[in-house]
Amino acid sequence: MNVVETSRLAKRYRRTWALRDCNLAVPAGRIVALVGPNGAGKTTLLHCAVGLCTATNGTITVLGDLAAGSLEALERVAFVAQDAPLYKYLSVRSMVAVTRNLNSRFDQAQAEERLRGLEIPPDRKVGKLSGGQQAQLALTLALARGPDLLVLDEPLARLDPLARHDFMALVMAAVAASGFSVIFSSHVVSELERFADYLIVLANGRVQMVGDIDDLLTSHKVLSGPAKESDLVGEQFTVVQTRKATRHAELLVRTTTGESQLPGGWESEDVSLEELVLAYLRDPSASMLPGPLAPDELEVGEVAR
Amino acid sequence: MVFRLEPRSGVPTYLQLVHQVEHALRLGYLIHGDQLPRVKDVVASLSINPNTVLKAYRDLEQKGLTIGRPGQGTFIAASPETVGLEQLTSLRRSLASGWLKEAAAAGLDEQGTIALFMAALRDFHDRPVESRPARRDGRQRRVGAA
Repeated sequence: MNVVETSRLAKRYRRTWALRDCNLAVPAGRIVALVGPNGAGKTTLLHCAVGLCTATNGTITVLGDLAAGSLEALERVAFVAQDAPLYKYLSVRSMVAVTRNLNSRFDQAQAEERLRGLEIPPDRKVGKLSGGQQAQLALTLALARGPDLLVLDEPLARLDPLARHDFMALVMAAVAASGFSVIFSSHVVSELERFADYLIVLANGRVQMVGDIDDLLTSHKVLSGPAKESDLVGEQFTVVQTRKATRHAELLVRTTTGESQLPGGWESEDVSLEELVLAYLRDPSASMLPGPLAPDELEVGEVAR
Repeated sequence: MVFRLEPRSGVPTYLQLVHQVEHALRLGYLIHGDQLPRVKDVVASLSINPNTVLKAYRDLEQKGLTIGRPGQGTFIAASPETVGLEQLTSLRRSLASGWLKEAAAAGLDEQGTIALFMAALRDFHDRPVESRPARRDGRQRRVGAA
């Protein structure tokens, strides 16, 4: 089952395309990071997935074949928006009660236990909680709905390092206990490997890179050697990024065969996730979907595993 | 067993966990029958992906170092041949009061000491096998049934 599947998904706001030709098939049971610069279309994609906006073209389904935003889908998808929207003038206790009354499925005991564990006082006004606690409250409410898919829009952006750690620990512990899928967007690349095992990179409304993070890392290498041979070596691989000095060149390449024979003087090194993401973001024309998939296979929406 | 992560090390997270368990076994902090922390506890304390912890535990199991009992947890099944704590202490003492003292007296700084020690260690391991005692790698030797 795919938790999110899109086919030629596109969204236009007046004259600007926020998303174009977006083909995705995200397998279940993953923690997916959606990465891209500001304005890349991350929020639009997430909003389409939870039914907060309708596509201009193409289709998007969640949790198998449920139309995004349909009643069945809304029951099983939980969403925490960018600024963790809560009613600031309600007490924490009332906020829990409101959420319970607005949802058909809500585990109040679980929510209360979690809030006790987080030491969030139930009588405090929501607006008086710290930013970190507000984020934790919003997350607790989302988790109490017992979702099969949890969607988080920029959950870490406004949090300090400690609150970030606590917030993600809460998400990860809930995943370990219940095994639901998570999609979260972020523009911070450095911490992703800790949380995510699947990556979607968006730039200018298009999917630049998608796949299992381990697969992405093993299928890319940094080759370095003498500059005068770089074109020759580059011909053997798909080159994502080339950096040249007078005598020395460094190529970030995608290899399908693993270790190929490199001419003498060339070295192959592993690539870090941050390096890889930045390389794909820096050069929009490098857009390709690594892994065993050819772009036309993707349209069918199957992930070869 | 307490795990910690070094984000800057460049070593994949799951391997860091594997290495730390192996290290703890070698030093005798973990022994046969000990339970490894439960996945959800590791996940909550480090805030990392549960799949990463599962991968590390699977890796340890494949190496025959641990065994997973469904519903109960993951337990240490084997110990690599370890050097006892007492012996370690005496080795450490002889290093500190002997060679390290001499090196300092000769004017070697910390970096120089490390470099020299590492070079000597490499030479020592590169010698032909028969002229040195068997390496204490321990991965092959198993205590207890896996």
